[in-house]
Amino acid sequence: MEYLLIIIAAIFVNNVVLSQFLGICPFLGVSSKINTASGMAGAVAFVMVLATIVTFLLQHYVLVPLGIDFMQTIVFILVIASLVQMVEIVLKKVSPALYQALGVFLPLITTNCAVLGVAIMVIKKEFGLLEGVVYSFATAIGFGLAMVIMAGIREQMELADIPKGMRGTPITLITAGILALAFMGFAGLVK
Amino acid sequence: MNRLNNLTRGLIRENPIFVIVLGMCPTLATTSSALNGLGMGMATMFVLMGSNVVISLIARFIPDKVRIPSYIVVIATFVTIIDLLMQAYTQSLYETLGIFIPLIVVNCVVLGRAEAFANKNSAFDSLLDAIGMGLGFTLALTLLGAVRELLGAGSVFGLRLIQTDAILVFVLAPGAFIALGYLIALFNRIKR
Repeated sequence: MEYLLIIIAAIFVNNVVLSQFLGICPFLGVSSKINTASGMAGAVAFVMVLATIVTFLLQHYVLVPLGIDFMQTIVFILVIASLVQMVEIVLKKVSPALYQALGVFLPLITTNCAVLGVAIMVIKKEFGLLEGVVYSFATAIGFGLAMVIMAGIREQMELADIPKGMRGTPITLITAGILALAFMGFAGLVK
Repeated sequence: MNRLNNLTRGLIRENPIFVIVLGMCPTLATTSSALNGLGMGMATMFVLMGSNVVISLIARFIPDKVRIPSYIVVIATFVTIIDLLMQAYTQSLYETLGIFIPLIVVNCVVLGRAEAFANKNSAFDSLLDAIGMGLGFTLALTLLGAVRELLGAGSVFGLRLIQTDAILVFVLAPGAFIALGYLIALFNRIKR
């Protein structure tokens, strides 16, 4: 039951993109096609869960016992950077097509604040390891959901006649705003 | 002339938020009021100045292959410094900005300037660039914060300007997206 609450809260109520503003860069940058959006979401989900496990173990078995938890930011970002590098190498080998499609955005997962944000949040909320994994996976699903919905809307929007000044980023942001309004409807679902 | 150019480039012409559209997460998340936007902008500017100067000094000793991780370590060091400083001296602002202070480390603006400018220019030029970009970032965040605070709470910097009921949604999450969308559209219109 407790895990179900964490999952619903992370996907709908506190959606990582639409209510916590984490991972906006890929959300705006890679969301023009459903294919690439879901690929990106998959890559982020993988890195996010892996990063949460590794950073959790590091925090509780290295940083805290040694009393150097002020090093948290530096250690976490290095772990995430190397994980991303690893995923990149694996993906290049296993699925060159997806690797081509994600292109420049894969290294950018390093600077995807959602990954570091979730890692820090798991520590801040004092989750256990299993709760942390569930939370990070649910957050990743929330991220993927927002990405895919957005990509779907943007594919339709290509056919619309948008005023010149609003094309590109502005209309995407405003669409995201309306989407966020819709997601506000979930507030109160979980206390 | 060139020096002046380095300083002013970030303000309007290559404004990190309105023109290059980088560093969106803190921009949207921390601008629920003008003061919060200003605080976040200043913190980012501090990190940007520190990292730009240090990276421009050490760039030629770093092998090309490990340059990004090295830059990130430098940036993370300055983020840790500002994190501890703000925790000590500006407690309430620190609590409002919350997780977005450590997240300065993944702000694309900071890494972007290291990669695009600081690693091939002198320390002084990099400092000017950081000040310009930092000010441009701070300006954009403060402006967005002021607009949202005015629409959502009827005040700017806590000074009450509108007496009637405000549109609460502008202080909440959806308002951030919508306000920034219209501001960028306005910026595009003026520039053209």
